[in-house]
Amino acid sequence: MSEPAVTVVPGGWAPVAAGLLGLLAVTAAALDGFLTARATGAGPSGLSQPFGEVARLMRQRRRTTVAADRLLWRTGGAGLLVMALLIIVVVPLGEWTLFDLDVGVVWFNAMDVLAWAFVWLTGWGANSAYSLVGGYRFLAHGLAYELPLMFALVAPAVGASSLNPGAIVAAQRGLWFVVWMPVAFVVFCAGILAIAVWGPFSPALGVDVAGGVAAELSGVDRLRFLGGRYALLAAGAAFAVPMFLGGGNGPLLPGWSWALVKTVVLLCGLVWLRRRLPAARPDSFMEAGWLVLLPAALLQDLVVAVVAAKRG
Amino acid sequence: MTLQTVLLVAAALFSVGLYGALSQQAVVMVMMGLELMLNGLILAAAAFWWFLAPDPSGQVLLLVIIVAMTVEMAMGFAVATHLHRVRRADLTDLAADLSR
Amino acid sequence: MLLPVAFWVLAVVAVLAGAAVFMVDSMARASYSLAVSFVAVGLLVLLLRQHYVGVVTILMMVMEMAVMAVYMVMFMGMNPALMPMSMVHDNRHALAVSIGVFVLLAAGVLLVPWPARRGGPPVDVTAALGDGLMGPKMLVMSAVGGVMAVTVVAGVVLAAHRTRYDRFGDDLRRRPADDPQPGGVGR
Repeated sequence: MSEPAVTVVPGGWAPVAAGLLGLLAVTAAALDGFLTARATGAGPSGLSQPFGEVARLMRQRRRTTVAADRLLWRTGGAGLLVMALLIIVVVPLGEWTLFDLDVGVVWFNAMDVLAWAFVWLTGWGANSAYSLVGGYRFLAHGLAYELPLMFALVAPAVGASSLNPGAIVAAQRGLWFVVWMPVAFVVFCAGILAIAVWGPFSPALGVDVAGGVAAELSGVDRLRFLGGRYALLAAGAAFAVPMFLGGGNGPLLPGWSWALVKTVVLLCGLVWLRRRLPAARPDSFMEAGWLVLLPAALLQDLVVAVVAAKRG
Repeated sequence: MTLQTVLLVAAALFSVGLYGALSQQAVVMVMMGLELMLNGLILAAAAFWWFLAPDPSGQVLLLVIIVAMTVEMAMGFAVATHLHRVRRADLTDLAADLSR
Repeated sequence: MLLPVAFWVLAVVAVLAGAAVFMVDSMARASYSLAVSFVAVGLLVLLLRQHYVGVVTILMMVMEMAVMAVYMVMFMGMNPALMPMSMVHDNRHALAVSIGVFVLLAAGVLLVPWPARRGGPPVDVTAALGDGLMGPKMLVMSAVGGVMAVTVVAGVVLAAHRTRYDRFGDDLRRRPADDPQPGGVGR
């Protein structure tokens, strides 16, 4: 193969990457607060809502329930943040990456499957009926979105003949993948919304089950869990950029700033979608996931495979 | 990290799984023991590939082992569900006879 | 320096988590300690330079343990509270057999004169696996595909409680379907 598409920066830059992820998560939370305030007509603009929430939750007392399985409960709650950090380890920011894994796409897939474990553990560990219901709702959504997401991830890998995110960015020098893989992009975004329990996939945290998985969370645990959701949205948007939106490719600005700009735009779109799409009931969505999304993703893969075979 | 040390770890995993498969009463716990045994087998196969014959296509055996594990889990849970429906039994001792 | 440390840490975690499966006090803990053991083995396989297989092991096993935890709770009906649960039969014989097997395997591992390494690893291990599956080992891929499809069908046939005729009536014409719990979009 020719020279590597990305350069690996030393591990000391990992805190910088974590800080960037935190900034993106705060941006998402601020935008969400702004949109909420505008929708409900509340007084202040809502942009400072994340900071107020963080201060409130840090002061709040941690709740414990009777005979809670505390090890599993706290592991689940903190797990979403860990997942987001592990996802961005393989994401190339322009031409820099922390870990140039040659199976980066499969790594992302493995990390997003961890959401199944962590959200269910948060629901289970609290020893509370409503949080358990929320955890099972998430698994029901999971059965429906996971297979289409996996097949959607196959599309850019086949298009670039590589599982390495750097190589996939390099293959989009002429044309972004989102142009000729739109179905895969839509399914991928649905997968991101799902692992962040966001928007149409929020019945696991629904108001009808007293907050679902987050029903018994308070204080620092609640902050970790809800912050982890925003971090997952940011990490997923960051991964979509090298997969479908051309990575750091673009005219004037350097690679890393284009990657950040695209990530922020996609992240704002995902946050905005929360108020636009109705919540999908897990049992109805099961039918949509298996009978609509999965065949669509497979057809998309067929188109991509035919094009890739004809190209060489 | 030599071949012998990795194989010892794999043998330990296999033995722990064997203990579980032999001693547990509940069907799902027996399946967890079987899973551990296949876990050890995956590690042993990976070690053999790396230390003895890193052929380009030798990793296919690992994929075959993983597929076998998947099929075993799927069939095991399907049979356990069916057994529970028909006989309301989830312990292996209650399922020892072919017909009730 | 980092490699032997990582290897030993992962090896100890894998074996201890595997043993913990049969010693913990709740079904969810048993499933997830098995998941931890599998993740440790997946990372060990990653250390042995088989990137795709290692990451796929982690992926599959975490998903499988999440589903298995649901089955555990379904069959054994336990709540999240921790209660001592040790349901074993023939414990001493099982322990003796497993220790005997380990001694036998360890003796074999240490005493067999293993041959020297034959050839070197390919430069791009993942591409080599892909080329192998699509080329000389294509039979494996087609067989695996067929086996997976058969497994899906067989699993559903075994586990499904109600057949088409129960749901749609004897002439398969009743719509909506007669389900005790509604699902889908009501077609």
